[in-house]
Amino acid sequence: MPETAALLAHLESMWRIRSFEEEVTRLRAAGDIVGSVHLCNGQEAIYTGACAALDLTRDAVFPTYRGHGWTLACGAPPHTLFAELLGRATGINGGRGGSAYLTAPGHGMYGENSIVGAGAPIAAGAALAATFDGSGRVALAAFGDGAMNQGAVHEAMNFAAVRSLPVIFLVENNHYSELTPIADMVRVDRLFKRASAYGFPGARIDGNDPEAVRQAVAEAARRARSGAGPVLLEAMTQRIVGHYIGDAQHYRPAGDLDAALAAEPIGRLTRELLALGATQAELDELTARVDREIADASARALADPLADPSTVLEHLYA
Amino acid sequence: MPETKNLSYAESVNAALRRALAERPETLLFGEDVGAPGGVFGVTKGLRKEFGERVFDTPISESAILGGAVGAAVFGRRPIAEIMWADFSLVAFDQLVNQAANVRYVSRGALSAPLTVRTQQGNAPGACAQHSQSLEALFAHVPGLRVCLPATHQDAYDLLLSAIWCDDPVIVIENRTLYHAGKQEVRLGGEVRPVGGAAVRRPGRDVTVLTWGALQHRVLEAADRLAADGIDAEVIDARWVRPLDLDAVLASVRRTGRLVVAHEAHTVGGVGGEVLAAVAEAGVPLRCPPVRVGTPDTRIPAAPGLAAAVIPSAEVIAEAITKSVRAQGPSSKLVHPTGFDLVPWCAGMS
Ligand SMILES: Cc1ncc(C[n+]2csc(CCOP(=O)(O)OP(=O)(O)O)c2C)c(N)n1
Ligand SMILES: [Mg+2]
Repeated sequence: MPETAALLAHLESMWRIRSFEEEVTRLRAAGDIVGSVHLCNGQEAIYTGACAALDLTRDAVFPTYRGHGWTLACGAPPHTLFAELLGRATGINGGRGGSAYLTAPGHGMYGENSIVGAGAPIAAGAALAATFDGSGRVALAAFGDGAMNQGAVHEAMNFAAVRSLPVIFLVENNHYSELTPIADMVRVDRLFKRASAYGFPGARIDGNDPEAVRQAVAEAARRARSGAGPVLLEAMTQRIVGHYIGDAQHYRPAGDLDAALAAEPIGRLTRELLALGATQAELDELTARVDREIADASARALADPLADPSTVLEHLYA
Repeated sequence: MPETKNLSYAESVNAALRRALAERPETLLFGEDVGAPGGVFGVTKGLRKEFGERVFDTPISESAILGGAVGAAVFGRRPIAEIMWADFSLVAFDQLVNQAANVRYVSRGALSAPLTVRTQQGNAPGACAQHSQSLEALFAHVPGLRVCLPATHQDAYDLLLSAIWCDDPVIVIENRTLYHAGKQEVRLGGEVRPVGGAAVRRPGRDVTVLTWGALQHRVLEAADRLAADGIDAEVIDARWVRPLDLDAVLASVRRTGRLVVAHEAHTVGGVGGEVLAAVAEAGVPLRCPPVRVGTPDTRIPAAPGLAAAVIPSAEVIAEAITKSVRAQGPSSKLVHPTGFDLVPWCAGMS
């Protein structure tokens, strides 16, 4: 049984992500943020648990366009992320990445990817480098259930297997790939089972339990660091929002969203903490503090100057 | 029976697909989210219901989509595959360049691959670098492929049908900013024309402006503004970048003596360069060096303010047209295009 303090830390991390996404929703509705935005509401336990298990001073995470949560869990300051989404000069990539393609290498986060599956071979490459540089680095490639059908992911897994690369393949199985259920796009919907065909371990884990994710990723990382090669973790979760802001989710059957809301990780951990003796007042204090931090970060980013167009041609080449 | 309907661009594409599925039983329509959900942009709405198993959703597997289209086409189907963003075709480029384009040639006509790839491209506010590219030059570089960029509602209907009816692989590049941006009268049910052929969108005397894709709406805006300054630009929509309708371009340039090519794609290595080269090779006399307007060497940044600084705007296009027209001195003679740098009044132009 983990200590209450560790669970409180998980709750704080998940709430920071949720609060951030809710503020993003407001900024998008107000027209301050423009373009496609993929929220991660409901999937926060994965980022929180995984990042708690990694050593982000040397490990490398490769998420997808649904990456705000990963970036925050890696420790990037919310202000620099808001600024990025708002196209401000102070954005973590000066506005060049935006919501769907930002990168935070100073925090162990080596880039969202808006090409489905593209991060998996790159993560394998980061792991390949680790086999030569003595860093002990583990690379974690995160991608969705739908990405399991992308050729690049298959190639990355076999490549990692034959070279025993220290990489963790983490599937965020939220049951949908955009508007299409994953169950309609695979014959075997227990995706972790593919690992055995490549010759490495695979497991299905509770992706709405940050502590379960932490333990699984910690074990996978330990194994990878020891030279035993990759692992495939299938974290079961659900998004409680659309694929992107504006998605009306007509494709979700009746009751699906309600079930997802009942199982979402923040409510669940809150109930667990209360059962363990935490007080509602204590939890309210935590969430209010995080909300203030997020509101402050957003307000500061909004007041920052826009990215300077005169710099737009810089950094194409060395 | 030909009829006219008031449709959005997306509905015009949908109407062409419906007609193809109805008239050509060998057609198939597939891609990610294309079937049951009706497409991420709603373009294929209702078609699954109407045509059943010939319209279906695929896994996120572009190699399987495009390779599957090649194989099915060789075996008598006429697949219409959707690649949601042109950027995503790159994960399966092999199936177009090394596979589809070779089928007819290597078999000396014994086999063919009559497939259509529908995709869409370009920047829209906030889109990231991997969802913003204009890649027509990559496709157009490949002999064996044909490439069009319908930019009007009517062309969204007509060119798609020409593509589907064509017995070779055709890439139809749409633009998501057009899908739901208003309705127009569209003639449906007319004759399906063979591929190729440019269209004059605005006749003019002073300068030929060749363009294609959604950027032409900015070109037309620029041309309308310049008309107030006494500059009469002829705007030609290439519509097809392979095959390029060079005859139409040359005929216009022979009259105007000036050429501006404007596209959203990067200038370097773009189809605009090909047009300039072809005009130079044809030896058409020009009054002024030809001008390319495109996106400079940069990745496409997500911040709208940054992207706006690199994607050609109506202002930038108008400026290029103006420079081209004003570059003519009072006593200037027609010059041969190979003699550009010998023309003093063009010095300083960029
Ligand atoms: C190569 C490629 N094909 C298609 C897309 C369009 N696309 C973006 S997200 C997405 C669905 C991905 O589903 P999944 O992998 O389950 O991740 P989720 O969005 O559910 O997190 C698709 C098809 C893309 N970005 N890249
Ligand atoms: Mg998914």
